[in-house]
Amino acid sequence: MKNSMNLQFSALSQNESFARVTVAAFIAQLDPTMDELTEIKTVVSEAVTNSIIHGYENDPDGIVFIQVTIEDNIVDISIKDVGLGIVDVEEARQPLFTTKPDLERSGMGFTIMENFMDEVEVLTQPGKGTEVRLKKHLHTSKMLCN
Amino acid sequence: MSLNIEMEVKNDVLLLRISGELDHHTADELREQASNAIEKNDIRHIVLNLEQLSFMDSSGLGVIIGRYKQIKQVHGEMVVCAISPAIQRLFDMSGMFKIIKLEPTEEFALQRLGVA
Repeated sequence: MKNSMNLQFSALSQNESFARVTVAAFIAQLDPTMDELTEIKTVVSEAVTNSIIHGYENDPDGIVFIQVTIEDNIVDISIKDVGLGIVDVEEARQPLFTTKPDLERSGMGFTIMENFMDEVEVLTQPGKGTEVRLKKHLHTSKMLCN
Repeated sequence: MSLNIEMEVKNDVLLLRISGELDHHTADELREQASNAIEKNDIRHIVLNLEQLSFMDSSGLGVIIGRYKQIKQVHGEMVVCAISPAIQRLFDMSGMFKIIKLEPTEEFALQRLGVA
């Protein structure tokens, strides 16, 4: 059965934990392992932080949109902003690359997303915004419970 | 869902026990408190006890690298201890152990820096 949820909130750093905990709570119905839950919380935190810092440059009027769909054991997460967009996505995805070293950014956000998820797609247009699509196949199965 | 920072100074070593969640939101607090303590107490080395840290992302890596750079200027060392497997994965992924030492416990970490 397909099940989905939508979430939108102000681009404020205090909403980062709200976002990752909410997504984790929604996914909990698939009975994921602790490792899988931690991975999903981490990637949500990375993408939401990117939208706040880079997409909206900390403008609290910005809105971050999250859509999560679960079907069988597959989790699809979309995290979107309508902010600045990324000029060079390939460069942005390089480990340790950051446009904001002065803010002590590690440049590891996309690398972590790629390591923790099965698929990472970045759709972006300068001046229009960025959408990160993340897909993960969970290894747990509820069928054994019946 | 916040960060709690406990600090102790032993000679030129700053012991930081951090618990809770370290993300972009809470990283500023750690940066400020640790930075000030390093400057005020002529700190050379840092021990980071992560035993009670339940969540960390790349913003946490950023603030830790920032403090490492700060003590590297005075030829100091950073030792991390009691790290959870989930957070160790982030450290491994970003090559943190090339610059930061790892010890299983706080006692070993302090011993390594001669202040146990």
